[in-house]
Amino acid sequence: MELIAKNISFKYPSAKDYLLKDVNLELDNNKIIGLIGDSGSGKSTLCKILSGYVREFEGEVLFEGKPLAKKGFKPVQLIYQHPEKVMNPKWKMKQVLEESWEVSDDFLSEFGIQKSWLNRFPQELSGGELQRFSVVRSLNPNTKFLIADEMTTMLDAITQAQILDSVLKIVKERKMGFLLVSHDMDLVETICDEKIYLKDINAAMK
Amino acid sequence: MDNLLEVENVSISFIQYTKGLNQRDLKVITDLTLDISEGEILAVLGSSGSGKSLLAHAIFGILPGNANLNGKIKFKGKELSQEDKEEIRGKNIVLVPQSVNFLDPLMKISDIAIGHCDSEEERKEKKIRQREIFEHYNLDPEVDDMYPFQLSGGMARRVLVSTALLADPDLVVADEPTPGLDEKTVEETLNHFKHMKDQGIGVLLITHDIHAALEVADRIGIFYSGYVIEIALKEDFSGDGENLLHPYTKSLFKALPANGFEVIKGHQPLHGEIIKGCPYYDRCDMKFDRCKEERPELVDVGNNKKVRCFKYEEGE
Repeated sequence: MELIAKNISFKYPSAKDYLLKDVNLELDNNKIIGLIGDSGSGKSTLCKILSGYVREFEGEVLFEGKPLAKKGFKPVQLIYQHPEKVMNPKWKMKQVLEESWEVSDDFLSEFGIQKSWLNRFPQELSGGELQRFSVVRSLNPNTKFLIADEMTTMLDAITQAQILDSVLKIVKERKMGFLLVSHDMDLVETICDEKIYLKDINAAMK
Repeated sequence: MDNLLEVENVSISFIQYTKGLNQRDLKVITDLTLDISEGEILAVLGSSGSGKSLLAHAIFGILPGNANLNGKIKFKGKELSQEDKEEIRGKNIVLVPQSVNFLDPLMKISDIAIGHCDSEEERKEKKIRQREIFEHYNLDPEVDDMYPFQLSGGMARRVLVSTALLADPDLVVADEPTPGLDEKTVEETLNHFKHMKDQGIGVLLITHDIHAALEVADRIGIFYSGYVIEIALKEDFSGDGENLLHPYTKSLFKALPANGFEVIKGHQPLHGEIIKGCPYYDRCDMKFDRCKEERPELVDVGNNKKVRCFKYEEGE
């Protein structure tokens, strides 16, 4: 199972310069890759392109040999820094989860989610707790590739270790692909098999 | 060294409506105690959403109307009333806010920095001083006429820092000054705080970023579930964490990717589910029976360190 980006170039309509130019990437489910780069180098935009959230770009993204589907469930799921921005504030957490899939109790406890939290609204939980939900929601059985864009940056070290530990377990169990974007070199060194450095503007180099 | 700021047993709660006209009193900070001396940087480290920014709001007297503040906040030994806070804020104690979003988007940078003036002469004097400080922080004259949205991340940070220093303060409170900045800018920002410290200014750094705290702070206050559970020296965060006292602080240190990435179970009790005894009871691996019912106080263990744990009471 491969996620391939071919000659990806991207610029904002109003901008003069390209943010990404001819980026080539080959990701699979055998290795955990860490993506690093200076801020402003376009890491987050690249993640959005790889997961199908940004569609206006040059080049192509192939997942299992085919372009990403425009409709339906996205097999490449993106988790980013702010869980409070990706949840309906008027839904209770139970509904937020069920939007994606029926999660078993064992699965919830693996991620340290208390059953009482299911009856709360997003604003009644802290960032760490919400991010647990965000991760569980994205781990729908149909998810084949997970992209974590600074997923644990806002969290304390213990919560970070807990969430990543559980995610890596599931990723291995289901043989999923996993791309970790982080500026924390220690973290990348600890959990990734390989690093990719995204240079400001030019192509990605291994 | 004299204590510049002392925060003693501060608690903050909010009155909230639950359903209809039913109210509840939600405690967000239960016991916050700390002190800062001249020329010292003290970091308050807590996870996001834990309510630590309220500490800054309490010091400046800008809590919202439905907030209840208890405990003492003393500046240079004098307990501050709301009127005192209004008098000294922006003069003796200044805030470095999180981002330029706190600035008036329709005012030019130099006008924001100078602030209110009673007379034209005062304005001229302040303008000269503002230019000096901006110059010192590498902000060119054209920055004076810019609007907040035109600043880059690093420039914005320098503007906020130099605006704060314009008042010639004794104490600077910085609320989350590092997120969203790239490494170079973070380092630059942290250097500004070191520079303030060298001038004898006390700095209270409120942050969730343990790397930033370890980089500049002299002491670090660990904020957990509405309590300060330990005030440790920066040097204690080294080796195997054997000099750290509270079991949570030890676990936090060992959970860093560079120190083993160790996983422990459990989560911080949320606001409203705080138990009667020690807030860390559920997760602690060296608890006593009394920890369940009794809440430990923050005790002084000498050498400017404090910890909230029965294990360290009366030399136990």
